[in-house]
Amino acid sequence: MYDAWKILVGLAIFVALFTAAFWMNAGKAAPVPEPKIDTPEIKKMAKAERKCVEDKHFMRTTHMQLINHWRDQALRDGNRDYINKDGKKYYISLQNTCMKCHSNKKDFCDKCHDYTGVSPYCWDCHIAPKEEPKRNEL
Amino acid sequence: MSMNRREFIKIAGLSTLFGLGGKGAFELLRPGTLDAAVHHGEEHAPEEPAEAAIRWGMVIDVEKCSEPGVVDKCIKACHSTHNIPDFGNSKNQVKWLWRDDYEHTFAGNENEYMDDHVKELPFLCLCNHCDEPPCVRVCPTKATFKRPDGVVAMDYHRCIGCRFCMAACPYGSRSFNWFDPRKALNEKEFNMEFPTRMRGVVEKCNFCVERLAQDKLPACVEAAPQALFFGNLADPDSNVRQILRKRSSMRRKLELGTKPSVFYLV
Repeated sequence: MYDAWKILVGLAIFVALFTAAFWMNAGKAAPVPEPKIDTPEIKKMAKAERKCVEDKHFMRTTHMQLINHWRDQALRDGNRDYINKDGKKYYISLQNTCMKCHSNKKDFCDKCHDYTGVSPYCWDCHIAPKEEPKRNEL
Repeated sequence: MSMNRREFIKIAGLSTLFGLGGKGAFELLRPGTLDAAVHHGEEHAPEEPAEAAIRWGMVIDVEKCSEPGVVDKCIKACHSTHNIPDFGNSKNQVKWLWRDDYEHTFAGNENEYMDDHVKELPFLCLCNHCDEPPCVRVCPTKATFKRPDGVVAMDYHRCIGCRFCMAACPYGSRSFNWFDPRKALNEKEFNMEFPTRMRGVVEKCNFCVERLAQDKLPACVEAAPQALFFGNLADPDSNVRQILRKRSSMRRKLELGTKPSVFYLV
């Protein structure tokens, strides 16, 4: 092999650069996000009624399909009523139903979306609720 | 692999035969399997009932609109309800509800002997929510569609901004978002109950479907109930049908066969 020394050094540099992202982030796992549900609207609800349109596990895993389905049902079929598994009726609207309770987009939506590296384009059109700057007192 | 001319012609011939006769063979051996995919789609297409129970329509009393402030009030109500941006120039204008003059509203049907007074009336223009909407026919993504109640609606999630519908609409009722509309909107004046649009989609009047769903009248009708009337054209006793029976009305560009459902009383 000609120029073995040069090739080996080059290879070593290449491998080091290529895997740099792994070395630099080793042992620094981002903390698992904990979306907050302490908005005024949710606090107002009685403890027993503090529920989303479906149960927590379903919402965590399937909210994207549900919202997708809601959009088609409201826009295409003009049917804006959603009846959940318990038979309770909800008005289908991202801004007027979801975000009325979850008025903390930054501490709720964004937390997990940032963690999982997804960027849904909901907010290109839909208006996120105004979030008051955090107060230290109170 | 080597192949001589004779073998090549044999294989080519057989392939052609199968290509031509393949569908027939399928039909013969397993009838219906090939067409299943085609028919499947049709089943899901909304079937339009022969007599729809609701067919929304609007009647505009133009004389009443000429009273001071009425037109502006309607436009303002519409624009603030739907977060419509004002870029300050007609090139980038987003039109849901706007005013025009007789000559342009009824282009081609002008009557030169008509009273000058009529020519100066303010005509409120909006999407005509046609029975035969040309915009719906040309939309390649089905982003715009006609609801069973006659409202020509849009699904902005699906709009790719090709602007075919703008070319197809004979009324100029559709506008393209050349810029992010939020740049021309005051964040403090957002209607938090309705979205904005984004750059690159086409938008238009939606007959206030979001308000109809809550049993409210469209925002413009609510702003000027003496001049605008909204109701069910399919019901012979509805307010709009009663008005249309009593008074003669005009519709825009009827000769195109789009069957508009916005009527003007002059």
